[in-house]
Amino acid sequence: MARKLDIIQSTFVPLNMENVDTDQIIPARFLKATTRDGFGKNLFRDWRYSNDDEAQPKTDFVLNHTQYTGKILVAAKNFGCGSSREHAAWAIADYGFSVVVSSFFADIFKNNALNNGLLPVTVTEAFLQKIFAQTNTETITVNLQQQTITIDATGEQEIFEINGYKKTCLLNGYDDIDYLLSIKEDIVNYENNLV
Amino acid sequence: MAKTLFEKIWEQHIIKTIDGGPSVLYIDTHFIHEVTSPQAFNGLNKRGIKVFRPQQTVATADHNVPTLNQHLPIKEELSRKQVEALIKNCAEHGVELYGLGHPYQGIVHVIGPELGVTQPGMTMVCGDSHTSTHGAFGSIAFGIGTSEVEMVLTTQCLLQSKPKLMRIHVEGVLNKGVVSKDIVLYILSKISASGATGYAVEFAGSAIRNLSMEARMTICNMSIEMGGRCGLIAPDETTFSYIKGRQFAPTGAAWDKKLNYWKTLFTDSDAVFDKEYFFDAADIEPMITYGTNPGMGIGVTATIPTPETINENDKSGLSKSLAYMGLQQGAPIKGQKVDYVFIGSCTNSRIEDLRMVAGFVKGKKKANEVEVWIVPGSKQVEAQAKAEGIDKVFEEAGFILRQPGCSACLGMNEDKIPAGKYCISTSNRNFEGRQGAGARTLLASPLTAAAAAITGVVTDVRELMN
Ligand code: SF4
Repeated sequence: MARKLDIIQSTFVPLNMENVDTDQIIPARFLKATTRDGFGKNLFRDWRYSNDDEAQPKTDFVLNHTQYTGKILVAAKNFGCGSSREHAAWAIADYGFSVVVSSFFADIFKNNALNNGLLPVTVTEAFLQKIFAQTNTETITVNLQQQTITIDATGEQEIFEINGYKKTCLLNGYDDIDYLLSIKEDIVNYENNLV
Repeated sequence: MAKTLFEKIWEQHIIKTIDGGPSVLYIDTHFIHEVTSPQAFNGLNKRGIKVFRPQQTVATADHNVPTLNQHLPIKEELSRKQVEALIKNCAEHGVELYGLGHPYQGIVHVIGPELGVTQPGMTMVCGDSHTSTHGAFGSIAFGIGTSEVEMVLTTQCLLQSKPKLMRIHVEGVLNKGVVSKDIVLYILSKISASGATGYAVEFAGSAIRNLSMEARMTICNMSIEMGGRCGLIAPDETTFSYIKGRQFAPTGAAWDKKLNYWKTLFTDSDAVFDKEYFFDAADIEPMITYGTNPGMGIGVTATIPTPETINENDKSGLSKSLAYMGLQQGAPIKGQKVDYVFIGSCTNSRIEDLRMVAGFVKGKKKANEVEVWIVPGSKQVEAQAKAEGIDKVFEEAGFILRQPGCSACLGMNEDKIPAGKYCISTSNRNFEGRQGAGARTLLASPLTAAAAAITGVVTDVRELMN
């Protein structure tokens, strides 16, 4: 059972960088856990801290700027490329984000996000730049039912794509396993028909 | 209707398609390892169910394992716990485990093919993005996240949308000193690290067909670095003779039957792709990366790009990348000092890679200041290297042959490159911190890496070849 999503209105954290790979989102040395919890504190670990030390935050990294908060992470294109580690999606969700906005997502990351109640919203490059141009107090509204993303201050809006099945899952908090278990008979039939 | 190789395999494995949604894809073989499986097993245990088809699941320990003294208990507590969890989970669920100490243990994408588990026409997945490697046999093989690992463990199925289709042709004959790793780094430098996102990529053309299976695996391995969902190459006589006689390969009548099926696995001549690229093998020289994504590669005799000469995709990241790498735009890469040489990873740790390195370094000595780690992909590769005396050649050159595992490819075990140091690596990712916090990675072929081991600097291997 994943968490349910519908309308998310929140300020956002601007991560204006391209090609953010999952090794940056959660470095490999933090993949040693055997549970899904607690990854948020190591999100972007090596960009957040000098010498791997929480007492030495890097002042140039956006997560360390207290004026930026919110449930929406906004990143530049090709977000989530590289390793398939789902820990990247867990870390972003565990940190407190519900939505990631970018003009382009890597495939595996997108799937992993959707499987964890983290909504990837793909916008045009132009819209992305409009978001980055907003100040930190402005909010964005993502409406999953309507498939819209709106910059509240200006009313500018875009429609985003999402697979209909995935949308239903997110709205209701179902996951793929629930569905696959429900069609077990079809799976066994398929196997029996293999020559 | 004319079909592509991908479509032929895909359609055979679709159980049903949800209206307006993804399809239910049946998975023939599932590989698991210690890092991305524990949470999936927790999920099964929570639901109180067992692995649905344990015989179609193969497990190994590779990501986290030490590459020295593997007979001793793993020192690092968290790594040890993950490996122990894998042993326990496999035992409870009846999954075969080729763990530490087993003669079949090794990097998951090395052992699948070498055991004959990987076969044409299959669907294969693993919680590791380089599962694309297995596509070299003409199978649909791709990396998945842990939730998907849980799906496959519970139902042997995944929900998937059909990707778009791309074909990349490489025609002609390779230049001296140019090997398959150079082909794939070259393609990456042309189409960028996101150039194939959303696509299944078929590699075709005479230069690809002339490659051995090991060399084909190197190419498919890095299709994920272009963003591709998977990479595949149509099976042919090279494929069939590689598989024949391996531990889990079919035999007798079953072999004949399979072979007949495998021979149907090619792209029909008038099948349509969403995108095609054409490259000439003669244009490729030994390649090396200078930046922090695998698309940032150049010929070894070229200069590091400037904002004017770089492609659009990497323009905005150039100065950040070069600052991290401590390199200058416009400067030659040749002659750049190297501190470490890592020859290993699922990209280049097969017996053919070690033979290639041994053939090149025989009678040469490594440069004094350079540390050279050679990490075989599997126990079988290690045993074969020893049987052929390759370990002796390495020893004489001053190289260390370690024990199998992922090692410095991702720096999860002790094999990390120190901050600020340069490592020429045969692995597949040069991301910031990939080989250790602050480590600077230059991706290259085993030959180019070996040449740097001898000279201590980035070298055009052709100058050292007779
Ligand atoms: S060698 Fe590297 S890329 Fe290959 S499976 Fe291991 S960690 Fe992944």
